[in-house]
Amino acid sequence: MNRVTLRFWIGVCLAWLGVAGADAAEKDVQFARDIQPLLAKHCLLCHGPDDSEGGLQLHTREGALAELDSGARAIVPGKTDHSELLSRVVSDDPFVRMPPEGEPLSSKEVAVLRAWIENGAAWQVHWAYRPLEKVAPPQVANSQAVRSEIDNFVVAKLEQENIAPSPEADRATLIKRLYYDLIGLPPEPEVVDVFVGDPSEEAYEKLVDRLLASPHFGERWGRHWLDKARYADSDGYEKDNHRPDAWRYRDWVINAINSDLPYDQFTMEQLAGDMLPEATPEQRLATAFHRQTLTNTEGGTDQEQWRVAAVMDRTETVGTVWLGLSVGCARCHTHKYDEISHREYYQLYAYFNNGDEVNTTVPQSSRLDPATVERIAEVRSALDARREELATTINDWLPQLQKQAKAASDAEAAYHPLAVGNIHGPEGVTFTPQEDGSYLVGGANPANAKYTIEATASVEPITGIRVDVLPDDALPAGGPGRAKNGNFVLNEIRLFAAARPKWNAADMRPLVAATADFSQASWPVAGAIDGVEGAGSQGTGWAISPEFGKPHHATFGLDRPLENGETHLQIVLSQTYGGEHTIGRFRVSAVTGKVPGGGLPDDVQQLVLAETRDAAATLRLVRWYQSRDTKSQELENELQSLQPTPSGKSMSVRVIAQRSSKPRSTHILQRGEFTQPLEEVTTGTLATLPPIMARAGKTATDRLDLARWLVDGNNPLVPRVTANHVWKHLFGEGIVPTMNDFGVRGDPPSHPRLLDHLAARLIDDGWSRKALIKYIVMSATYRQSSRHRPELLDVDPTNRLLHRQNRFRVEAEIIRDLSLAAGGLLSPNIGGPSVFPPIPPGVTDLTYNSSFKWNPSQGEDRYRRGMYTYFKRTAPHPNLITFDCPDSNVTNVERDRSNTPIGALVTLNNQSFVEAAQGMAQHVLMQSALTTDDAKLRYALRRCIARVPSDQELADFSKLLNQSRAWYENEPDAASQLIGYRPAKGIAPVENAAWIATLRIMLNLDEFITRE
Amino acid sequence: MNPFQNAFHRTRREFLTTTASGLGAMALGSMLTDDGVLRADDAVEAPSAVRQPHLEAPAKACIFIFMAGAPSQLDLFDPKPKLNELDRQKLPKSILEKARFAFIKPDTATLLGSPRKFTKHGECGMEFSDWLPHLGSVADDLLMVRSLHSEEFNHHPGQLMMQCGVSRFGMPTMGSWLNYGLGSESKNLPGYIVLTAGRGSSGGATLYQSGFLPSSYGGVLFRNQGEPVLNLTNPTGLPPELQRAGLDALKTANQRRYQEIHDPEIASRIASYELANRMQTAAPELIDLSQESQETLDMYGVGRPEPKKTWRGSLGHLKTYDTFARNCLLARRMVERGVRFINIIHASWDQHSDLDFNLFHNAECVDQPIAALIRDLKQRGMLDSTMVVWGSEFGRTPLGENRPGRAANTGRDHHPFAYTMLLAGGGLKGGLTYGSTDEIGWHVEENPVHINDLHATMLRQFGLDHLKLTYRFQGRDFRLTDVGGRVVQDWIA
Repeated sequence: MNRVTLRFWIGVCLAWLGVAGADAAEKDVQFARDIQPLLAKHCLLCHGPDDSEGGLQLHTREGALAELDSGARAIVPGKTDHSELLSRVVSDDPFVRMPPEGEPLSSKEVAVLRAWIENGAAWQVHWAYRPLEKVAPPQVANSQAVRSEIDNFVVAKLEQENIAPSPEADRATLIKRLYYDLIGLPPEPEVVDVFVGDPSEEAYEKLVDRLLASPHFGERWGRHWLDKARYADSDGYEKDNHRPDAWRYRDWVINAINSDLPYDQFTMEQLAGDMLPEATPEQRLATAFHRQTLTNTEGGTDQEQWRVAAVMDRTETVGTVWLGLSVGCARCHTHKYDEISHREYYQLYAYFNNGDEVNTTVPQSSRLDPATVERIAEVRSALDARREELATTINDWLPQLQKQAKAASDAEAAYHPLAVGNIHGPEGVTFTPQEDGSYLVGGANPANAKYTIEATASVEPITGIRVDVLPDDALPAGGPGRAKNGNFVLNEIRLFAAARPKWNAADMRPLVAATADFSQASWPVAGAIDGVEGAGSQGTGWAISPEFGKPHHATFGLDRPLENGETHLQIVLSQTYGGEHTIGRFRVSAVTGKVPGGGLPDDVQQLVLAETRDAAATLRLVRWYQSRDTKSQELENELQSLQPTPSGKSMSVRVIAQRSSKPRSTHILQRGEFTQPLEEVTTGTLATLPPIMARAGKTATDRLDLARWLVDGNNPLVPRVTANHVWKHLFGEGIVPTMNDFGVRGDPPSHPRLLDHLAARLIDDGWSRKALIKYIVMSATYRQSSRHRPELLDVDPTNRLLHRQNRFRVEAEIIRDLSLAAGGLLSPNIGGPSVFPPIPPGVTDLTYNSSFKWNPSQGEDRYRRGMYTYFKRTAPHPNLITFDCPDSNVTNVERDRSNTPIGALVTLNNQSFVEAAQGMAQHVLMQSALTTDDAKLRYALRRCIARVPSDQELADFSKLLNQSRAWYENEPDAASQLIGYRPAKGIAPVENAAWIATLRIMLNLDEFITRE
Repeated sequence: MNPFQNAFHRTRREFLTTTASGLGAMALGSMLTDDGVLRADDAVEAPSAVRQPHLEAPAKACIFIFMAGAPSQLDLFDPKPKLNELDRQKLPKSILEKARFAFIKPDTATLLGSPRKFTKHGECGMEFSDWLPHLGSVADDLLMVRSLHSEEFNHHPGQLMMQCGVSRFGMPTMGSWLNYGLGSESKNLPGYIVLTAGRGSSGGATLYQSGFLPSSYGGVLFRNQGEPVLNLTNPTGLPPELQRAGLDALKTANQRRYQEIHDPEIASRIASYELANRMQTAAPELIDLSQESQETLDMYGVGRPEPKKTWRGSLGHLKTYDTFARNCLLARRMVERGVRFINIIHASWDQHSDLDFNLFHNAECVDQPIAALIRDLKQRGMLDSTMVVWGSEFGRTPLGENRPGRAANTGRDHHPFAYTMLLAGGGLKGGLTYGSTDEIGWHVEENPVHINDLHATMLRQFGLDHLKLTYRFQGRDFRLTDVGGRVVQDWIA
């Protein structure tokens, strides 16, 4: 074939491919991907939820297909000729063409529209409103690149584009990345060395676990949440008064994140903690989330105006933070693009309209001293080590569990009467044995009672205890209880077992599962083993109303069978309800064989009996086993004792509480004006999302129902939005890039199935954020190198496909934390009142009437982490604002990452950063093991960038060091000035100053303030 | 997506989107291309890069003189003989019933006439009270708008309304919008600078925020004491030559990393440091007035004596007279150096009481420097390309303030329904008095101008169509004029 012919054939083939490609694209039109964004872009402003010009609304299929004012129809499925929409978008007549202003639709857009109508104009709900989709992860060709299912989703997409994922980052980068992402601090060179020296998978996981357990994790991720909470230490607006208690909520957040309070609980406590049954002071404190709104105390204000403004802010913040929707657009009119009506806005608003700001008293959070913080980290590592030990010795302990699980699942339950030795009850209460082995209770009838039964079993192994309660004519209403109506409440049953007829506290055996033939509504039998007693409705327990006069029984399963001669039992039946709600006739028996829960929790039983287990399943099993391991238990106990103990002092905190008298009615406000109420509305959510249910016994839904509705697992937006937030903090960009807009105008997810996978996983893991974070950071996708790949600039310019990790500058607070940490100055203290690090003169003059005075903190408080810096809304610390810390006036779910000369001046010249350099010089010059310049420079650099620097890099800094020495040689006074109050002991001032001048530049390295 | 936003949407050129605080874009581009770290075609899209406006237009820079607190238009610009006649009488019921007040007790409130003498100035015969003789002398260059109105009744929301076009938090201010729309022409200075004199304002830092626009469009505060820009000065004991040596070492290290990682953000960081270093020289040069003639300094009133008795706006040590005069002169020097938007904030105009004493000193403080600024700009041929705006968040009531606990009516309350602002230059008509109020100055009678209209017209003079200068945030295309705005064609020369 000659060259011309070849070219001809290539041309023909390309032409054919081009046609086929276009054809395929149009046949494959997907409403959500191709049509909806197009309608949102060009049409919905005038033909959407808020406006229906010409009678046309294009946000629902019904509206799109309806007859228009003109009699025509915009869309007739399958009939392009009859579809007015098509003829209008292609018209040349400027009076006819749509859209009337702006660019006409491109020919490609028209072709897609045409194909869609031809194929029947199928409609889909906007992706974000659809239920979570559980799909199996796609297969990938390169299984080497897969560590978890996350990677399947990512690699499959990359393979479609013929892109290989990036290799794993080197170990030094990985440890620096994990430190920055999880605790926001730099790893010390010694720690890096250990990690680099152990390339095992276990070392990586151990590191992840250790960082997740660090108390600094709560600071790092708590600060992310505080952005959303618009947390600040002052009121805002003109007067911007001091809020002396604001920090207490900040500490609540840190603790909640550290203890991994599940996100559903975290949500409910912050939005409606005051309405939870038996709300604790801490739960009331959590509602300060919505007390972070601004307070306007300017003279002459109409307080109702600013109360309304705060309620609007609460409504809109919930929209942004949980739903990812700009509900604020519906404040004045129905949303132009998303299905949020003007009415629905005020229905949401109604949930918050009766939550008022009040003061409540909570225990002061006490600060942990550094030694304790250190010990906590040690104990946590010991717990990790113990878990690893258990994991490696799994073959030693698993067979026993398997035996137990198998026995429990195979053998039918059998019940064996106990030989009762002794029964005690309250003074005057008698126990008369009956022929069937039961006891009839008589004599005194106290309000409460505790029965202690000592008995011996004749069988082994015992898997549980059965309690029969029996009717008797001698009892009120025929029993089986001694209350007037025949009821009783068994608040708690406790079992002690030993090989001798003597018991102490250590002999208590956990009862882990309970079933009964019948339980009274609200008094389920599980309440008898939950550790809660209490009087009246304060307590939990088992009761049987209205099934009086009949026999009932309950069976309680042990967590593991009683063996090795543990046949001496002591059973305590605690009945604390009051009003003579005690048991009138009962029998206790030992159970062998199958008991409820099989003695093991169901999921554990499955794990134990599974033929194969993947790594995650093994980990779950080991974790469970660890929960009953004595050695781990001791460590856990120590950990508990290391938590800050309440100081005994309390403080007043401003929170939200439901208005108890004269509840306000809610009205739609015309254009959002508080002076222009329209018709009244009641509470309600968005029609486009799953319905909200009121709690039992109530007709209208309230704020607590709203909170539950967000996190009940049916609301598809909340888990998606939340998983996207977590992802964003670990990749720098969200899977949905528009963090604050999951509506039709937002960008669609780059990996929709991955997003749903993560969202479902979050729910499945009991809304544990730590579990989700761990799952993500264990993936190969997360561990990729962040090196840019210029060859992919045209294929994947913004790395939407995740062909590498992202590289991004850390946040304002973290920049300073890193410098102070490298300089050895950072205080590890957690929590407490906000602090006042140095601020340039004049900044606070700009506050109202120049009224605010900033008295710089001294001592350790000068070097606390950035998140503890006092935040004055009208005069925030410039170091924070320069690096894009949000202004705290409205919620923020995405910080900017500016890169400005003003920022460069901060890290070069600001006092805090100069002090960090001084501290670092002290620290480096006092390392007696480092004898040469190079050794010192290498060590210093590694404190900043973790990795081992090249000789060339050392040479560059060495040059700067020598230049500095030469200069200070002639300027000893300047040397003393630069050293300030932080001289390195025993070092000549010239030498000391030269080092400060050099180290200061290291603290400015892009690599240092960038998470790579 | 609109072409403006498109230029810095998060694309592979993201690094440039976040670069250089309105600082010399072209410089950045050329430096990076010179260094070979960047392809030439990438370098044009810095956020501060000079962009073509929508239309041809005269204005290039704006000096906004913000009289936070709200000056009394009735004692400065809008004479009301009828009000003087009705002095100490009750307000007509028709007005009283619908009105809102901050401190006034409406049932006993009485009108308060003005003791000021008004005279006509210039060929145009524009009226000023006797407290503004200097402004009167440039009347033929001024556009006086007597029919401004706003919805906001309290200071902070009102100030947000004036700066952002909407009184909500999180919105960009005018200066941010202008820099976003046009870029910056300064190589060594920020494109948006804020100067203050006297005490702080109600709005604090929110009055020069960038809102949802990238923070590089936020205003940079120049200060009256210490260094003009925060952290501009090297650490004590660190000489310029070691700063340079350090920056060279830093540049080498960062470039090395760039060669390894290829992240353009590193190139951007290098540029930021270089520009910061240049600013260390440029900013002190800017505020050094030693090159200005004595005649110029005197014209502005630099070094004027402070009044002997302190008034509400002067907190003694703040030297407000001198600082305000300097700020006006600095604004001219900034415009000469390519700064796009300068906001001079002076916050002491909230005269609920002692109006005669306090307003006199405020007027005396600002009258001469502003007149000098306009004269100076005109002499240098800069007035047509520089728009000067003088105004506040709202005006003051024709009623005297009878707040409980105050013996006499000596001040006025907030009044958003009708008030006065001044504009000059930027292709606007001089010598024009626009709009009017009713006989007691309560409502606008003729040619009402909403703050959104003011902004629309200002943008128009910079060649920007207020309907097209938009930014997509939370799915909505926001603009400075929110959902309103109308260009006042009558103002355009």
